[in-house]
Amino acid sequence: MTRTLLLLVTLITFGHLQAQDIPSISLKDLSDQTIDTRAFVENAEGPVLFCFWATWCSPCKRELNNYSDLYPDWQDETGVELVAVSIDDPRSMMRVKPYVNSVSWDYTVLLDPNKAFARAMQVNNVPHTFLVDAEGNVVWQHNNYADGDEEELYEELLKLAE
Amino acid sequence: MNRLLSLALLAGACLPCALLAQHDGDDTGQITGNVQLLFQTYQEDSLIGAQVPPSKTGFNAFGNLIYTKGDFAAGVRYESYLDPILGYPGRFRGSGIGYRYASYNKEKFQVTIGNFYEQFGSGLLLRAYEERQLGIDNALDGFRLVAMPARGVQIKGLIGKQRLDFDSGLINSAGTVRAFDGEVNLNDAVERWATAGTRVTLGASFVSRFQPGSTISKDTLVLQLPNNVASWGYRAMVQKGGFQLMGEYVRKINDPNADNGYTYGEGEGILLNAGWSTKGLGINLGFKGVDNMQFRSDRNLQLFDLPINYIPAITKQHTYNLAATLYPYATVVQGEVGWSAEVFYTIPRKSKLGGKYGTKVSFQYATASSLDTTGLTGVDGAVYGYERNSWRAGTDLYIRDINFDISRKFSKGFKAKYAFFHFDFNTLATPVTTDYKGIVNANVHVVETQVRIKKGHSLRTELQAMFTGTDMKEVNGEMKEVKQDKGDWATVLAEYSVSPHWFFSVLDQYNFGNPNPDQRVHYLYGTVGRIEGAHRLSVGYGKRREGIFCIGGVCRAVPASNGFEITFTSSF
Repeated sequence: MTRTLLLLVTLITFGHLQAQDIPSISLKDLSDQTIDTRAFVENAEGPVLFCFWATWCSPCKRELNNYSDLYPDWQDETGVELVAVSIDDPRSMMRVKPYVNSVSWDYTVLLDPNKAFARAMQVNNVPHTFLVDAEGNVVWQHNNYADGDEEELYEELLKLAE
Repeated sequence: MNRLLSLALLAGACLPCALLAQHDGDDTGQITGNVQLLFQTYQEDSLIGAQVPPSKTGFNAFGNLIYTKGDFAAGVRYESYLDPILGYPGRFRGSGIGYRYASYNKEKFQVTIGNFYEQFGSGLLLRAYEERQLGIDNALDGFRLVAMPARGVQIKGLIGKQRLDFDSGLINSAGTVRAFDGEVNLNDAVERWATAGTRVTLGASFVSRFQPGSTISKDTLVLQLPNNVASWGYRAMVQKGGFQLMGEYVRKINDPNADNGYTYGEGEGILLNAGWSTKGLGINLGFKGVDNMQFRSDRNLQLFDLPINYIPAITKQHTYNLAATLYPYATVVQGEVGWSAEVFYTIPRKSKLGGKYGTKVSFQYATASSLDTTGLTGVDGAVYGYERNSWRAGTDLYIRDINFDISRKFSKGFKAKYAFFHFDFNTLATPVTTDYKGIVNANVHVVETQVRIKKGHSLRTELQAMFTGTDMKEVNGEMKEVKQDKGDWATVLAEYSVSPHWFFSVLDQYNFGNPNPDQRVHYLYGTVGRIEGAHRLSVGYGKRREGIFCIGGVCRAVPASNGFEITFTSSF
């Protein structure tokens, strides 16, 4: 036990740390295509937003519905791509596609039913939003959603677009 | 003292990571992590059933660290239960490492050593997962190999024991789990189907448990418990445009266990789901039949302990306080059959009914019942218990859940939503209350509004009311109408947010219609929270009923309590 902790401390103290980048996890999108999560950043021409959400999470749906109205402008101004990662488990994962289509989200939606990507991204609970720059660095994140949070996010997006 | 030292070391270790996490470095790898702390004080409140543990406080903490370098990753989770928060498995004790792994990830294969989570298909045969808020963690501890021998083909093989307990370290199950899964996506695997409009994925799994078994006695019979229990299944997913179809079929050989009363019948399960959606409209239909399919890595355990598989409930998870916490449905693991139908629709914007921004509507009907079975007698009765006749619904209704909601944005600064729920809830099938035995009929109405006060300031309110049905009962020699269970409830929630850093909320849940006037209790709870990016601190005080609560934008399951609660979550 003590040895493990000492090993960790040594690792952290002497290990030179890189920017947090996006782990490579294979997930399925809503047309059952397998996609590597890192590919979004590698192929990105602008910033990427990873929004972790679930169909049972009201603040998550409020967040993504509010962004939906603003998303076309954000894309024009900053080139951002939004990836909505659903952590719905087998109880509700088949509800994701009908819901997403019914509210006409123009996002890429990924299914992470056993939270493999969420765990690798250190997500404690949803909603959790990550803004990733074109080099793959997480430059902003927020673990909550209240109406108005999109204003701070928009400012961060503009900073990246400069 | 040692535990405190360990915690301090861990906290100290995390600090430089947080400071350096955003710095570019060379190729020595990177470290990410998160921390979750939950501290609670307890005051006795016999009226609401809030208990005080001997320690008078509870503290649960989790710290995750993941180190990655190229294809290699390793991680640990340090956990503390000093002493455990009420509602978590009470036998969790002390501090130590509860999860550790190393993995190597190449293009064609991936190896994991140590702890890992896993899910085959929809989990009906195997699902190792963590639901920390509920204290569920059945992680496997062993070896896993995932191979991608050809494009579109994935084969998984694993062997391990499951996490059962925690006492200053991980305690694993008695039984061993061995499993294989194969999945092929025909469009990726067969070149000429690559561009086909229809996408098809097929899969098959095999899961086996080894646990030495002795003999048991039933009436005059002496029966041998099987050392090895096998289960297997097949699944298919078909997608074409807005259409999706998913089916999974599973079987298990005789597995006498505590859930099925140590009977020797085989298990069988079926999940079917069909959906169709287009812009503005989504439809989803589901069917589920499970019979004796609960599978654990220890035949003698029940409830949350050591499930190998996951049997999802047919109803959806509700989030409004009264709809979510009083009659939440859970699968009857011995067996049930159910179906659901759901429609999502957005009335187009700028239409008469849709308004300027469009109006969102959804409707769901979901029901589950007992299986259609015939009880067996004599030796067959002792050995097999019953025989299933069909997948039709049996005589007992377990749940009927009908819900509807409509939400509309009226202007930039004002949104409103109305939601209605009707439950016919069998408290014998899902024992959520000891006050009523039978089917509770309840209607819930919710009005939610959201007002933007000024830039960054918003106020969200929820007004909820639940009305339960009535039964004729003899009271003091007279027949009278008496409210079912705890009677009627109301909840008022007000949440004020100052984006992006602050939130304040007050919630009052009031059992105004309890048939017993002494039990007409207010559960008043207030929370203040501060958010700094990925770091979140909140302090709450008050009385809470057991159930799932969503405050400040995050949901968590909690037991009945009275006192302070401090939570801190952070990731880097």
